[in-house]
Parts: sequence; structure tokens; C-alpha cells
Amino acid sequence: MHELDGWTLLTILGMTAISVITRGFFFISEREWTLPEWAERGLQYAPIAALTAVIAPDILLTEGAIGPLLRDARTWGALAAAGFYFWRRRSSYVLPVAIAVGMAVFLPLRVGLGW
Amino acid sequence: MNMPLPPDPGELPARGRLGAWLSRRVDRWAHTARHPLFWVGSREMAGVSIGLTAWAFMTGVAMVKSGMSITESVLMSLLVFAGSAQLAAIPLMAAGAPLWVVLAAAFCVNLRFVVFSLHLRPYFMHLRRSSRLYLGYFTGDVTYVLFTRRFPRPPETNGQRRAQMAYLWGGNVTNWVFWQSLSMLGIFLGAALPARWGLEFAGTLALLAVACSMVTTRLRALSAITAAAAAIVLFELPYRLNIVAAIAVAVAISLYVEPRWPRGGEREGARHA
Repeated sequence: MHELDGWTLLTILGMTAISVITRGFFFISEREWTLPEWAERGLQYAPIAALTAVIAPDILLTEGAIGPLLRDARTWGALAAAGFYFWRRRSSYVLPVAIAVGMAVFLPLRVGLGW
Repeated sequence: MNMPLPPDPGELPARGRLGAWLSRRVDRWAHTARHPLFWVGSREMAGVSIGLTAWAFMTGVAMVKSGMSITESVLMSLLVFAGSAQLAAIPLMAAGAPLWVVLAAAFCVNLRFVVFSLHLRPYFMHLRRSSRLYLGYFTGDVTYVLFTRRFPRPPETNGQRRAQMAYLWGGNVTNWVFWQSLSMLGIFLGAALPARWGLEFAGTLALLAVACSMVTTRLRALSAITAAAAAIVLFELPYRLNIVAAIAVAVAISLYVEPRWPRGGEREGARHA
């Protein structure tokens, strides 16, 4: 419970460096400079791609294959959260409430029905 | 307003130099915190923090539920201090992905900060490099949004510089305290709740909600769908390389399609953590 794995520590330190580098990316150099044009355009699309690439397998795959999606608590939880988000996207607390709605659908199905 | 400073540190023995350095730091901090805008920034941040606390709590639960020890989770929260990058890295670490894949995913999730830093550059360039990086590290999504909304222009006089730094630090300190306390609460409560509930799914839902908030243009929606499909089709790749490959495919396709699609919504930065 309190052990500290060397590999995990290395990952944590690497991620700390990434926090510093990305948040201070244009503060590092004193000179005025910009990214190449294609990289600047690419910045628009990479973050959302990274997020959906990480979550899609976590939501849709069961042991490496697409399982019975309709009998899976994760499918309904994710649909509820996304549905709520787009229904109420203007309100200021939509993010945490969307997560709560998703979990409110997910937990009864997972704990109650074992989906 | 300033307290008298101790003599030149060069004349003092080692312990005295440490004391002089510390007293200078404390004095600089007090100087910032005495500025009225420090408390304005702090209050405005506290108003937004209710949403963030739920977020921080979820990140704490997700870390400890993914099999990380309490020590590791606490260290990650205190050092990395980046909710969505942590949430993205957690399942990859649990699956035993190699270090560079975890870091590449964290880097891509954090790329929005690169855009923020370009915007903040003229505001920060009056500081030394180390101070710029230090301040940048503590400036999260919400403080960035509040700061640039209150100060549409970079500072020109020393008074403006001081006011802006005070406001920003007020927000940053509040943000840090809220974030870390709720993250710790999530870590310690999460460790006590049963694994059968699958609470780590809250982390997945949190990332899903952020992804939804980033769908501001049709091309971003395309990027999201392409990346999701590619990550599933390429799931058999070893070391969870499917993540990196899916990002590359999605960005390449979006860049290819961009000049060919009639322009939908204009570019807009994502605003959530």
C-alpha cells in the first residue's frame, strides 16, 4: 500500500518534466520564435485525439475485443455522460455533473446487474 | 511597504546566507500577497473551484484504483499536477505500457498548455527564465482563462506588472490548495472503497467529458472519431502503441482534410482541465 516502484517513480518524474515543459514551452527561449505552420495547425487536433484514443478502448473493449455493448454498464454510462454534456453544454458546472450522471447510470448496472 | 532586508548575503556565513535567502523569499511573497488583487484573484478562482474539486477528487480515486500505491498516488498528484494528463496516463501505466508511450500520451493531452504559453509569453517575459517556468508550471487551465480575461493586454508599467502577478498568484495558490486537498481526499477515500464497483470508470468519464468540451469544430469531431476508431482497430499493437499511432493518424487526417472542408467554426482554445 505504501511501496514505491522505481518504474512508476520514473514515470512520475517524466510526467512532471512534461508539465513544466508544456506549460512553459514558449517561455524557455528569450528569442521571439514560433512553431512551423503545420505544427501549429496540428495543435488543434492532437489533444482531443489523445483523449479519445485513450478512452475508446477502455469503454468499448472487453479483453481486447468488442463485447456485447448493449449489456455493458460502461456503454450506458458513457452515453449518459456524453448525452448530458451536449444537452447542458452551456451551464457552468456541466463537466462534473456529466461525470456524476454517467456514474449514476454505470454503478447500478455494474454493482446491481453485474454488467 | 518593504521590510528592511538583511545585509548583503556575501558577507554572511552559510547559515546566515540561507536565512537571508529565505527572508527575501518570504518578503517577496508577503509583498505579492499584500496586493489587493491577490485576494481578488483568489476569490474569483474559489468561485470556479467547485467544479474543479469534483475533478481533483476523481483523479485521486482513479490513481489509487488503478493499482498505484498511496505513496505513488500522492507523489504523482503533488509533482505532476495535471489532471487530464494523469487520467490519461493511469490506464496506460496500469497496462504496463513503456515509459515513452505514457509520456507521449501525457504530452499530447498537455499540448493545449503550449498554446497558452504562446499567449502568456508577453505577460511573463519581464521575469527571469526560472521564474517564468515556475510561474508557468503553477498556471492551470482555469487560472489562465481568468487571468487573460481580466488582463487582455500585457503589462507596460511596473505597477501593472505587480498587479498582474498578484492576481495570477492569488488564483494559482487557491487553485493549488483546492486541487491538492481534494485529490488527497480522493486517494485516501478511494483506497477504502471496494474494487468491484469499478470506480476507476469515473476517470474514463472525466476524460470523455473533457473530450466533449473540446468538440468546438467539425474537424475536431473528425479528429476524435478517427482517433477512437484507430485506437480500437490497432489495439493488437504491443506496448499500447495504438495510442500514439491513433494520435498520429487522427492529426494527419485532420491536417489533410482541413484545407478541403468548407470552414465550419473558427479556431477556439479548449477551456477545461
